[in-house]
Amino acid sequence: MSKFSDLTRLPDDRGHFGPYGGRFVSETLSFALEDLEKTYRRLREDPDFQAEFDYDLAHYVGRPSPLYHAERWSKQLGGAQIWLKREDLNHTGAHKVNNTIGQALLAKKSGKPRVIAETGAGQHGVATATVAARLGLACEIYMGAEDVERQKLNVYRMRLLGAEVIPVESGTRTLKDAMNEALRDWVTNVDDTFYIIGTVAGPHPYPMLVRDFNAVVGREARRQSLEEFGRLPDALIACVGGGSNAMGLFYPFAEDDDVAMIGVEAGGDGLATGRHAAPLASGAPRGVLHGNRTYLMSDEGGQVSDTHSVSAGLDYPGVGPEHAFWKDVGRVEYVAADDAEVLEAFRELTHVEGIMPALESAHALAHAKRLAPTMRPDQHIVVNLSGRGDKDIMTVAKLDGIEF
Amino acid sequence: MNRIDQRFADLKAQGRRALIPYITAGDPAPAHTVDFMHALVRAGADIIELGVPFSDPMADGPVIQKACERALRHGVRLGHLFEMVREFRRDDAETPVVLMGYLNPVERFGFEAFADQASEAGVDGVLLVDMPPEEADLLGPVLESRGLSSIFLVAPTTSRARAATICAHGEGYLYYVSLKGVTGGAAADADDIAAHLAPLREMTDLPLCVGFGIRDGASAAAVGRVADGVIVGSALVSRIAENAERPEAIPAALEAVLGEMRQALDA
Repeated sequence: MSKFSDLTRLPDDRGHFGPYGGRFVSETLSFALEDLEKTYRRLREDPDFQAEFDYDLAHYVGRPSPLYHAERWSKQLGGAQIWLKREDLNHTGAHKVNNTIGQALLAKKSGKPRVIAETGAGQHGVATATVAARLGLACEIYMGAEDVERQKLNVYRMRLLGAEVIPVESGTRTLKDAMNEALRDWVTNVDDTFYIIGTVAGPHPYPMLVRDFNAVVGREARRQSLEEFGRLPDALIACVGGGSNAMGLFYPFAEDDDVAMIGVEAGGDGLATGRHAAPLASGAPRGVLHGNRTYLMSDEGGQVSDTHSVSAGLDYPGVGPEHAFWKDVGRVEYVAADDAEVLEAFRELTHVEGIMPALESAHALAHAKRLAPTMRPDQHIVVNLSGRGDKDIMTVAKLDGIEF
Repeated sequence: MNRIDQRFADLKAQGRRALIPYITAGDPAPAHTVDFMHALVRAGADIIELGVPFSDPMADGPVIQKACERALRHGVRLGHLFEMVREFRRDDAETPVVLMGYLNPVERFGFEAFADQASEAGVDGVLLVDMPPEEADLLGPVLESRGLSSIFLVAPTTSRARAATICAHGEGYLYYVSLKGVTGGAAADADDIAAHLAPLREMTDLPLCVGFGIRDGASAAAVGRVADGVIVGSALVSRIAENAERPEAIPAALEAVLGEMRQALDA
């Protein structure tokens, strides 16, 4: 009997995970969220919907994604065997598409002709623009102006896919501001617009449904672990910004008490400097932003903090409410990896395994690098390689002093 | 009876509509806010909504976003707002003051400390746009215990069932958001508003006040014909923005905008 058998019954009817989560939104959106919740709860039980979702994951996304044994890297680190869950091989290059496929189906079933999304690194924006193109939906993507600058390649990809990318100039000009602007759009256009949120945050039911759509990652990893090494892994590692790839991997293992889980947040310049994006690892106070209560980096006046990370996709001051609860109950350990360690892990995996990870995913790899040598060679770590690094080449080149 | 209920009782007896201006505290600088509040009262304000600046005002359009940014550049915090209200109360013991903003600054301040200091300073009500009644179970009772009214929003999209919940929890007045959208949006449509207010009248005796899209005397008068009060924010905050470099001109500018609405509303 698992110590954590109650975890998978959450959220409760009001969308709460213990003291976290909820639906902290302006009244105009309450109706749309109630409606979405009803639609989702109905379709979740609908075999046709599930079949359509599974079909798309298999034939459009290319699932299942492999569980790859990074044998050479494991040997070099001299400890546990490291297995990479290859979400980077999905269509569009990251786990994000699992969720956008699911939400786009919801949009289609809801009869909404237009979708919007926020994006940080651009992976969720690309994944949204992709499914919108396929379903013939109008698509607008909000992206912080600073991220538009950092992620030019993804911006152009989205435009090629027919989406309009709207740079957001307000606030800190990053992911949180993009989400503010997307919420403003949704409040204004709620009748004909479906908001495809990209992570396990936001108002209920988003944390629940984004988790459910990404849980395919963990279900596959569980099955593949049994196939490849005949038992469950000793540890799972995933990076956490909002936390969708981590929740997707972790959730199907929630009740496997012997499987340790580690979420790796963006340590930026180091937790001690304050210039990071690690609300859980740094023990940020409880707060409310973007519709949910969670650990939130804010100053003593309650103003949301400016965050910092080399990876745009993790540059967010809050975190999904389910992660907040899993931290409190001790199911997951949350740590941080700073920019320097992340870049080292990025280069190392590229050199040793010929796999270029997204800078976001490199956070998880940085922790695997610390953890593996402390374990035995007959132990197994599954790392979620949540995305591929092509989009980050410009960022890394710039750090190397190279201009194209 | 608290000041808000008293004010609506008086207005009802006089057959008048409430005029409720909103300004963001500390915009363009904290030293001016109390002067602006007095100017609003001179121009006919019945209740003042004082905005708590927030870094992420998700329900607000660009006008109020920028007001928040101007105030936050001066480091305006809830503590400063309480000082402003205390100072305002030295010369005005009657005009109700409602703090309006987002939950996080209040959450960070601490619910008990917030309620204590707000009521001690002379605040009468609290409206947090991202805290619907379903999520008010922690803060609501604390506010009530200090005699502070919890004011909630109702939107055109609010279902009948939700409206009943909101009416059951609401105090002071109901703030009907006349538009889908953020503050500072398109003009309000009085017929549409009337159609939405009618079912609310059957559910509650709370005064029904309408905000979003009230820009001038004409729109105030049109909405005033169907509502118990009108709320005006962006139209005033725009005047503050235009005059941010010469704040001494702002009180007169606010009085001009609000005075026109008062006249139109009372005509």
